[in-house]
Amino acid sequence: MSERKGRFGIHGGQYIPETLMNAVIELEEAYNHYKNDPEFQSELAELLNNYGNRPSNLYFAKKLTGELGGAKIYLKREDLNHTGAHKINNVLGQALLAKKMGKTRLIAETGAGQHGVATATAAALLDMECVVFMGEEDTKRQALNVYRMKLLGADVIPVTSGTATLKDAVSEAMREWTSRIDDTHYCLGSVMGPHPFPVIVRDFQAVISKEIKEQILKAEGRLPDAVIACVGGGSNAIGSFYNFIEDKDVRLIGCEAAGRGIDTFETAATINTGKLGIFHGMKSYFCQDDEGQIAPVYSISAGLDYPGVGPEHAYLHDIGRAEYVPVTDDEAVDAFEFLSRTEGIIPAIESSHAVAYAMKLAPKMDKDKIIVITISGRGDKDVAAIARYRGENIYE
Amino acid sequence: MSRISEAFKDNKAFIPFITCGDPDIETTRALVNEMVKNGADLVELGIPFSDPTAEGPTIQGANLRALNGGVNKEKIFKMVKALREEDDISVPMVFMTYANVVFSYDAERFFKTCSEIGIDGVILPDLPFEEKDEFEEISTSYGIDLISLIAPTSANRIAMIAKEAKGFIYIVSSLGVTGTRTAITTDVASIVKVVKENTDIPCAIGFGISTPEQAKVMSESADGVIVGSAIVKLIEKHGKSAVKPVGEYVHTMKKAIQI
Repeated sequence: MSERKGRFGIHGGQYIPETLMNAVIELEEAYNHYKNDPEFQSELAELLNNYGNRPSNLYFAKKLTGELGGAKIYLKREDLNHTGAHKINNVLGQALLAKKMGKTRLIAETGAGQHGVATATAAALLDMECVVFMGEEDTKRQALNVYRMKLLGADVIPVTSGTATLKDAVSEAMREWTSRIDDTHYCLGSVMGPHPFPVIVRDFQAVISKEIKEQILKAEGRLPDAVIACVGGGSNAIGSFYNFIEDKDVRLIGCEAAGRGIDTFETAATINTGKLGIFHGMKSYFCQDDEGQIAPVYSISAGLDYPGVGPEHAYLHDIGRAEYVPVTDDEAVDAFEFLSRTEGIIPAIESSHAVAYAMKLAPKMDKDKIIVITISGRGDKDVAAIARYRGENIYE
Repeated sequence: MSRISEAFKDNKAFIPFITCGDPDIETTRALVNEMVKNGADLVELGIPFSDPTAEGPTIQGANLRALNGGVNKEKIFKMVKALREEDDISVPMVFMTYANVVFSYDAERFFKTCSEIGIDGVILPDLPFEEKDEFEEISTSYGIDLISLIAPTSANRIAMIAKEAKGFIYIVSSLGVTGTRTAITTDVASIVKVVKENTDIPCAIGFGISTPEQAKVMSESADGVIVGSAIVKLIEKHGKSAVKPVGEYVHTMKKAIQI
């Protein structure tokens, strides 16, 4: 009887080719060693604070609160991190770990390009080689980020298989890892894939909720009533939720990309529309057809355009600890514009899904209630795409 | 003696792989007949999956063509049944697919169907030793062997995997995904040595083998040779007319590994 590792309830596990098993075992051993190593932790803290610009602000959005007329809204400003998103938290951790393991090369998948940019950044800083796999469709939607990665010294490989989006970039990065393991670490960008990735990425992102807790206690003397974050694979959401899981009075709300609506096939809302399955190394919920074929999902947001969800989210859903709500393209674009105008903050289109749900929820809550929205990234990368969505054909 | 052990009994086994429904299910049936006629000792049948993460571009293409052609599990099961009952195919046949294809169908129903239609084993490249409990109890109860894979990186894991392996062991010759290779550098002989110290079941080598010369060299270390991408390339090139060239290819390869 073999030991089944990395489970969140029935979810998680290590459904990967034998070729990669020793690599993930080695990674798990290294992580278990270094996570308790004070020197590693102080090096990482130094990187996160002085290079990554942590802690990120918890900003009271006074105008947004006033406009919506309900609960007080705070924004956790992960968009102010170096490279413009929460992705850097995980990447600095994994890159440092890989370096300690003697790896000289990082590979990564990317959807919107934020994780790719973060990985390329860490590779530049730590003198490592970097190759980023990105769906060809996404290289068009996020052309600016492709050039940023190249500028940082990374090779960007457009992936043409399947739907040429994030799912295919993950598959291709896994294929690349099976062909070159000795010197290469697969810097996975979300709380997904085989164990130990969902644990490692969650631990490195948990700094978000650790800071929110300290900051809100300082500002308000109490915990928030709700924490809201967008969910693709789910890394910024699990980071935002993690230190509140035991605080049962804090509602945890993950916002899934519904695309054109959960009653259409053009959606990426996995928990709302998917079924239990096994893919990309994990058991979790996946958008799939009756034959078990993975569905070609859709969202305006390249970062949420993924047919699965991290196993810990699937578990939090199963036990009813977190809620997962669908948000459409239209609602997200409205929120993107609304936050830009009211607060002068342009959120990433991914994060706009969380803002959109908060816009529905806040007016229904009393004025003494508190909502925290994680703004997982900044929206500069999305400006041209949103302009096109609104019918203005601008060039980047 | 099971059909699988029988296949390795007298000589080195030649094991061709094709994807069911590429280009259509009728051609797949004709291909199996032709390959067996030309010396195939065991046939590996791929059930297509939308996202075959262990495959290189050639077999990815076959999966895509098969799915676009509208093949599904019911059609594949019907074809296998026809191969056994109408075409009198007696060599062992194993399915190669991905865990989600089995899981989504319901594992119990999947393995029950396998036993009813005459399938002998199932290869799931995304189900390593650590996760085989997912299906093994059910597969065993229906007499279906869940085939274990051993990779060039398995090292300290070889003995553990070999001890619990069933049917035959699939030795992955090279790092990376499926696809033809000009050179295979893994020390396969030393992997086989550890396998043999730990089990009596036969082992076959796959990944990257395309020429009779490669097959000959690989067969010297193991009990059988698995060839996929080289055959799929012929099917890609010839489509419905692939039956004859594939038969000729299988004949050549089988001849190369005869002792």
